[in-house]
Amino acid sequence: MIEQRKLRVATVSLAGCFGCHMSFLDIDEHLFELLERIEFDRSPLTDIKHCGPCDIGLVEGGVCNAENVHVLREFRANCRTLVALGACAINGGLPAQRNHLDIGACLDEVYRSRPGLARAQVPNDPELPLLLDKVHPIHEVVRVDYFLPGCPPSGEAIWKFLSDLVNGRTPRVTGPLLHFD
Amino acid sequence: MTTEVPQSLIDEVLTAVGSTPDRLLQILVGLQSRLDYLPPALISRLAARLGIARARVEGVAGFYSFLHLAPAGRYRVRFSDNIVDRMLGSEALSEAMCARLGVRPGELSEDGRVMISTTSCTGMGDQGPALLVNDRAIGRLDPQRVSEICDLILHDTPLAAWPPELFAIDDNIRRADALLTSHLAPGSALAAAMALGREGWLAQVQASRLRGRGGAGFTTAVKWLACRDAPGERKVVVCNADEGEPGTFKDRVLLHRHAELVFEGMTLAAWATGAREGFLYLRGEYAWLRPRLEAVLAARRAAGLLGAGILGATGFDFDIAIHLGAGAYVCGEETSLLESLEGKRGTPRIRPPFPVTHGYLGHPTVVNNVETLAKTCLIARDGGAAFAASGTAQSAGTKLLSISGDCARPGVYEYPFGVSIQQVLDDCGAVDVLAVQVGGASGVTIAPYEFHRRIAFEDVPSAGAFMVFDSSRDIFEVARNFVHFFAHESCGFCTPCRVGTALLKGYMDKLADGHGALQDLADIDWLDRLLKNASHCGLGSSAPNPVVDTLLKFRPAYERRIQHADFQPAFDLDGALARAREMTGRDDAGAHLDSGTGVIR
Ligand SMILES: Cc1cc2nc3c(=O)[nH]c(=O)nc-3n(C[C@H](O)[C@H](O)[C@H](O)COP(=O)(O)O)c2cc1C
Ligand code: SF4
Ligand code: SF4
Repeated sequence: MIEQRKLRVATVSLAGCFGCHMSFLDIDEHLFELLERIEFDRSPLTDIKHCGPCDIGLVEGGVCNAENVHVLREFRANCRTLVALGACAINGGLPAQRNHLDIGACLDEVYRSRPGLARAQVPNDPELPLLLDKVHPIHEVVRVDYFLPGCPPSGEAIWKFLSDLVNGRTPRVTGPLLHFD
Repeated sequence: MTTEVPQSLIDEVLTAVGSTPDRLLQILVGLQSRLDYLPPALISRLAARLGIARARVEGVAGFYSFLHLAPAGRYRVRFSDNIVDRMLGSEALSEAMCARLGVRPGELSEDGRVMISTTSCTGMGDQGPALLVNDRAIGRLDPQRVSEICDLILHDTPLAAWPPELFAIDDNIRRADALLTSHLAPGSALAAAMALGREGWLAQVQASRLRGRGGAGFTTAVKWLACRDAPGERKVVVCNADEGEPGTFKDRVLLHRHAELVFEGMTLAAWATGAREGFLYLRGEYAWLRPRLEAVLAARRAAGLLGAGILGATGFDFDIAIHLGAGAYVCGEETSLLESLEGKRGTPRIRPPFPVTHGYLGHPTVVNNVETLAKTCLIARDGGAAFAASGTAQSAGTKLLSISGDCARPGVYEYPFGVSIQQVLDDCGAVDVLAVQVGGASGVTIAPYEFHRRIAFEDVPSAGAFMVFDSSRDIFEVARNFVHFFAHESCGFCTPCRVGTALLKGYMDKLADGHGALQDLADIDWLDRLLKNASHCGLGSSAPNPVVDTLLKFRPAYERRIQHADFQPAFDLDGALARAREMTGRDDAGAHLDSGTGVIR
């Protein structure tokens, strides 16, 4: 039998706006119920910097730079179940609107050609992650187990999804929970 | 190139084909062939003239791949891109032509003279590689013929002055049975059916157990009866000559050699249902057949076999008009065909109601395949029982097969239903066979262990295509070609098919490009099921067939392309940082990504 222990959950925001995390917090008092069944690993809620072995990873946002790739790979390597949470993780979302532009031209426009820039050059500090030429949905970079659409998915949708997952049911989010207009 | 279109030209086309909104597609086809493309100002003028929204006109023009909203050249060359044409070397010939004429594929030449592109199967698999230039077809391409075509284009020789020999199309009838040996005098089948009376004639069709040859195999008599009995005075007979299924060309041969039988069959359907109007929906790829077909129609009118009071029977009035399609496979689906006949985008309708009660312009309509209709002539001549005597229990009569690919004698073969696949392979001279694709891209892939199976509705049904692949071929590439076909031909109306076929194509390309991972096979499985179950019409639901079958029967062809256990991106991650490296001048370790894990060695 599978031992009855708390499930470890990690969450992260890559190229996202934290809106999906805010929506997660919108499950309000369900958080208490949830915390009886789960505990958090790496997450903006815990400030743990690196993900350890987890049961569930929730990823908000797409992949726009090298650091996103490393973090996402860390999640995939550690999480039994990886979830793409929200439109950006699933499709690239808003950040992917830059995909029809040349990233070099973007950097040039922002850092070099604007009037009034003194020592105009593109920042090259090795601390800064390099940008990918395109923003990718997370499933184009690692294998993803579940997708929860919405911008952001509503608190109810996230609650339904997580309670299914925690209770061993294949998540089913249907009907009004998936209607966005 | 001027965008000023003379009013007289518009008037000429409208006078020829009609000026009501339901004639829109025919109007656009007529203008396209005279003007080489449909300039924006013309679209606006047409909309005003027909009293419909401009968006509707543009929407229709944008739907069909043979209609162009931007300049596409005075010579529009389209290489048939079916796998069989490719196996015969179409890609190298197209490259040679592009090089000689100094154009890139799919782009208009700088002088506006020519555009070279590809198109879905042009129905010439028995004499490929083939191409279309404007509305003419050329087969048996080889470097010499391609070079001759280039000369003609470079000299601006009008198509009408090209050597007729270039356009010669062979029928390649290799095996003739009841239908292809029938030698019926025009009107004789009709006279026989009329002698039976309308009821008596329908009884014979019922007794014949004739089933549709267009794919679905619906019982013809049931369809005719339902149309006859449907409420509404005005009934319509439509012959489906869209023949878009890759690898099929038997309808082309029937229309070329036996048009009399096809039109007589339509008239027999009219006799049964009481229809007064008939349409032949001819695919744009076969536009070159039109003049001959019009001549046959004219001769039949002159002989009293069409028009008012056919064969002297008062009240038996029926005539046939030819409608041209414009390069959309989905228009072979009967409800999409009806939309197209009504001058609209070829979006499949929701069924029910079925065409037999609500068809063309809402009137009860019979839609039958070319071959189905031709077969009814045999029933009229010999009686239903005689027809039912050949074939198998559930598949009466004969079937025309379009045989192409790796065999000595490609062409049209007529067999009684029930013939084994091995027999067909022996007859057409196919050796060392790896697989046969029966029924076209949407059909089934048959592996050697199944060659004993029989062509019949109760075993291997077929709309007619029979493409042979020998052991030198890569079956994965065959399936990938078909997946590209479906993605290209998806009408875009429903999401499962519009997105699903594009995703499936993405996975097949990912495998082909060397990025294959085990997870892709699971994702392909899932997509196959989604397409099959959630698509609005038969195009989407049969789109995964080639992949499902080849994955089942030729799995190693996929496994060989798996480079990575688990998962691998379809793109090069490190390469995706190249531009940012260039802009920042960085090349430190952090400025690189390894491009994947879990490589299978
Ligand atoms: C995507 C699609 C394409 C089709 N293409 C053709 C075609 O080219 N010719 C044809 O006769 N039937 C085609 N069909 C089948 C028609 O919908 C219809 O069943 C047929 O014309 C009925 O005629 P039958 O009963 O004589 O076979 C197609 C169906 C689908 C779903
Ligand atoms: S999906 Fe919407 S809410 Fe979530 S990160 Fe993207 S933009 Fe923000
Ligand atoms: S299944 Fe494909 S072709 Fe059929 S309606 Fe949907 S999008 Fe159009």
